[in-house]
Amino acid sequence: MEALVLQFFQWFWNLFGLWDALWAVAQPVWPLVWVLMKIVAILVPLMLSVAYLTFWERKIIGWMQVRIGPNRVGPWGLLQPIADGMKLFFKEVLVPTGANKALFFVGPVLAIAPALAAWAVVPFFDGGALADIDAGLFYVLAMTSMGIYGVIIAGWASNSKYPFLGAMRASAQMVSYEIAMGMALVTVLMISNSLNFTDIVRAQGRGWFAEHGAGFLSWNWIPLLPMFFVYFISGVAETNRAPFDVVEGESEIVAGHMVEYSGMAFAMFFLAEYANMILVATLTSVLFLGGWLSPVGFLPDGFHWLAIKISFFLLIYLWIRATFPRYRYDQIMRLGWKVFVPLTLVWIVVIGTWMMTPFNIFK
Amino acid sequence: MDFKTALFYILSAILVIAALRVVTARNPVHAVLFLVLAFFNASGLWLLLQAEFLAIALIVVYVGAVMVLFLFVVMMLDINLERLRQGFWGNLWLGGPIAVLMVAEMVAVLSARSFGLEAMPAPAAVAGSNTKALGVAIYTDYIYPFELASVILLVALIAAIVLNLRQRRDNKQLHPAEQIAVRRQDRVRIVSMPSEKE
Repeated sequence: MEALVLQFFQWFWNLFGLWDALWAVAQPVWPLVWVLMKIVAILVPLMLSVAYLTFWERKIIGWMQVRIGPNRVGPWGLLQPIADGMKLFFKEVLVPTGANKALFFVGPVLAIAPALAAWAVVPFFDGGALADIDAGLFYVLAMTSMGIYGVIIAGWASNSKYPFLGAMRASAQMVSYEIAMGMALVTVLMISNSLNFTDIVRAQGRGWFAEHGAGFLSWNWIPLLPMFFVYFISGVAETNRAPFDVVEGESEIVAGHMVEYSGMAFAMFFLAEYANMILVATLTSVLFLGGWLSPVGFLPDGFHWLAIKISFFLLIYLWIRATFPRYRYDQIMRLGWKVFVPLTLVWIVVIGTWMMTPFNIFK
Repeated sequence: MDFKTALFYILSAILVIAALRVVTARNPVHAVLFLVLAFFNASGLWLLLQAEFLAIALIVVYVGAVMVLFLFVVMMLDINLERLRQGFWGNLWLGGPIAVLMVAEMVAVLSARSFGLEAMPAPAAVAGSNTKALGVAIYTDYIYPFELASVILLVALIAAIVLNLRQRRDNKQLHPAEQIAVRRQDRVRIVSMPSEKE
């Protein structure tokens, strides 16, 4: 890939006869430029997906409630997210009196930075990760656990009651579900014997079923079925989406930590929330549904399979938002601590025992 | 000076400044956030030593969980800055000598001549993932200390809960199992009455 891009630049700049002069300057910094290009190649499609995910969400929920959804801006309303973005971009960012000014602006940055940083290790196809590091799974866990600071700092710095309540709820809820999430991931790394995402996906491509052309039965979701559900539901709670959206809780605390924000500062929280949704959908696909692997033997593997799986989980995200009423706060805590954490602990023992018996299929 | 050394000095400088600000910051919330910054730079130093598992574990455990709970508590405090500063000069006669003693000990250890640190072997670079190397070391050579540490933590955890647990008489509790098991007959009674006439 890198050689191909270099060849293209060489051809392009040779049209003007400038290549040799340019390369003499650019060669020392080329590795940096190459990494930056890869980052842009991940972030631009991600931001576009975020924009159109908001559109898709409004459309889908509209259809589920027998409405039409946005249909005025552009053909079929397709320019709606662009219009929303323009509106937010030109709105004034107000700072409340008595707010802690520096932290008020650090909040949105701390919300969006981890949401984007976590994408560095996600593999899109075989060998297609920005950084194919050994501790990839652990790195993602660290980055997602950082996202909570944006919410807490925004809530505290706003110097207002509703945001503060939102921050309180956020810190308790996200810490609780992180534990269930991490424990569910322990079983994944036990059976794939690696923390590296590429290795985890490759491990799912092996097994009796994969050899007989039914790869989707070899993926992690069957031996880890309870963990699959625990992980995805914890992911919904971790991203503060309905039915676990007490942090925003429009009917109780208006919009939680985002009450005092307007314009682009508000948009940052939205971008972070939707980027995190796509991240959780991607991670669920990679860890439990075989990432880029094809479900059947006669079709080739590739990025399109991952895209289909991600879209499926995003649809479920929107579906449960349109279907379920919001959980009460104590019910959320009960589900996290008294149902998910014991369930994951039991399943770790089950998988560990399974791996010690002669019926171990995870080799 | 190569890139790694430069990075080491940058990370260390930020670490030391952040650690100083933790103690000197007037606002406790700022102090907690500076502590988070200090943890991040410490984690960066560990990455330079190629200990990626420990570095990320530091972020997950301290930044992701412990400091969030710290922030949770500190945000709820009603902070009177004047009262916090009152004891400073009064306790200096005790704190000052202890600080001097600690600095002296650190210098004695780190100057390395008296302890022969330079004679110690440099940490061997682990082939492949050092997560695996760490796991093997913990679960074979150090299994008893590791299990002992876990049990001590568990005891501390349970002790903290027991010390704080007070059974209140007016405590209201939900029992989801009972709630789910409820039938219509338990809650609703259909009574047939003659309709009243005007």
